[in-house]
Amino acid sequence: MNNSIYEKKSRVIDNVVHVLIQLSTFISVSLLVVIIGYICYRGIPHFSFDYLIQTTSILKNTVGILPNIINTIYIIVVTLVIACPIGIGGAIYLNEYATNKKFVNIISFTTEVLAGIPSIIYGLFGMLFFGGVLKLEYSILTGSLTLAIMILPIISRNAQVALQAVPKSYREAALGMGSTKWYMIRSVLLPSAIPGILTGVILAMGRIVAESAALLFTAGSLSVLPKSLFGHLFSSGGTLTIQLYLEMAKAHYEQAFVIAFILILIILLLNFIAKWISNQFDVNKRG
Amino acid sequence: MERSMLSILAHHKSKSTVEKAAAIILKGCAIVSIIAVLSITAYMFISGTPALFKVGLTDILFGQVWAPTATHPEYGILYIILTSILGVFLAIGIAVPIGLLTAINLSEIASKRVRKVVKSAIELLAGIPSVVYGLLGILIINPLMYQLELFIFKDSLTHQFTGGSNLISAILVLAIMILPTLINISETALKTVPDDYRKSSLALGASQIQTIFKVVLPAAKNGIMSAIVLGVGRAIGEAMAILLVAGNSVNIPLPFHSVRFLTTAIVTEMSYASGLHREVLFTIGLILFIFIICINLVLTYILTRGDQHE
Repeated sequence: MNNSIYEKKSRVIDNVVHVLIQLSTFISVSLLVVIIGYICYRGIPHFSFDYLIQTTSILKNTVGILPNIINTIYIIVVTLVIACPIGIGGAIYLNEYATNKKFVNIISFTTEVLAGIPSIIYGLFGMLFFGGVLKLEYSILTGSLTLAIMILPIISRNAQVALQAVPKSYREAALGMGSTKWYMIRSVLLPSAIPGILTGVILAMGRIVAESAALLFTAGSLSVLPKSLFGHLFSSGGTLTIQLYLEMAKAHYEQAFVIAFILILIILLLNFIAKWISNQFDVNKRG
Repeated sequence: MERSMLSILAHHKSKSTVEKAAAIILKGCAIVSIIAVLSITAYMFISGTPALFKVGLTDILFGQVWAPTATHPEYGILYIILTSILGVFLAIGIAVPIGLLTAINLSEIASKRVRKVVKSAIELLAGIPSVVYGLLGILIINPLMYQLELFIFKDSLTHQFTGGSNLISAILVLAIMILPTLINISETALKTVPDDYRKSSLALGASQIQTIFKVVLPAAKNGIMSAIVLGVGRAIGEAMAILLVAGNSVNIPLPFHSVRFLTTAIVTEMSYASGLHREVLFTIGLILFIFIICINLVLTYILTRGDQHE
């Protein structure tokens, strides 16, 4: 029996748990490697530039996802145009104006609930309300309105965190120089909080690109090129994810993998941009 | 004229209108989330309840036959509900140990560089679209399950082969999908545990593993609970990833049965359903919504309980 305090006692169970911990981490990371690797392996061989700029047409004998790409861009832009002002405005109110603590608590709770509602429920609600009651039918606008509610929590939460991070002295300095509250908010507060707000917007974009269940019954699955800039808002349009689902259901796996490959590229890009923005403007890092 | 230009109150009136308008508009923005939650709740109840009374509460909730398009249609969704509950709990059972141990590694053990790599990987995993998970489920997990199925049931005469599209495949996909949620939130919870706790425990002679499991984990209990609850919410609401992976026919939820979840039931039939059939689908949506609201209430309870302890 060695009783020296310099000899570290090695416990078997500690080592076992240690191995388990490393193993779990390895599993989590290797999942991503397998997923991305497999998509590249199946997607890249069939990838061609023509596929991106053509429409699927039996007459011309072409296949392509140009309409879906355009629809995706439409839905991203329209959704953000609707959700950003509301989300950021709400965050400003909660952070700068609200004095009634009960009111703030209620809004935080409802934001929490909105974040937890699954996309299929949003799909049903969008179909009933925007599609049925407002008579927008299956259209890009219906889809965008539905998604706008869905991404509201992401945008407003990130904006709130960004606003909270702005030092109190900025506000006091601006107010002390005689600026009004709203002037202070738009000329001092918002510019300082912009990086954090943008990060939220980009995360929301990622969510929109990845969304499918909420769009299936709201924006529909049609893939035709837009005839007019604003008229397209009222026509049905399937995004890339919807097209991926349709190809998958028809067992056209090659095309499905090409779309999956493109989606992964977009997600990677958005993640990268979000990281870059938060690094670029990180106050703590610049010292 | 001269006087009003020099006065510090000169533009007071126009400015105060802008100020007031800004405050009111911003308040309006904040209220949108309340309106959204209220109207979603209202619409789910209005559209979901009629079928309950037309078909009968017990016939829907405890009926075992789902034949909406038959001449004598039957709308029993018992198996669909059971599938969702069982599937979600088994997926949680698989994902929680892996997720929690990974979170422990990230917050307590890993070096800064390892943490950076693993965290980026987890973030990406969270961003992958659910249809892509579904696609991979069909082409990777299903064939593997089919091999297993062939091996287990090779002598069975009664087993209906599913080609691997069964409950186990769906559970595996769900478990993978909720991993990022579990890891991120538990890691945040572990990080908020004060360093003093760890130092005191180590100074008393506990090993690092003992410190983690006997001191840090109990201290982060609330955060980890909320991670699990959020994971349950994410899993029960997932539709597109498990739609094709689960085989999508209504059966008793047994491991090698092709099954249908609450979410996938809505997605599959909503496009062609009409009349009472459609109303029943909305009832399924309502049941899903009630599950989600309960999960949210549990979450709020856990979080407020945590506040009180502090």
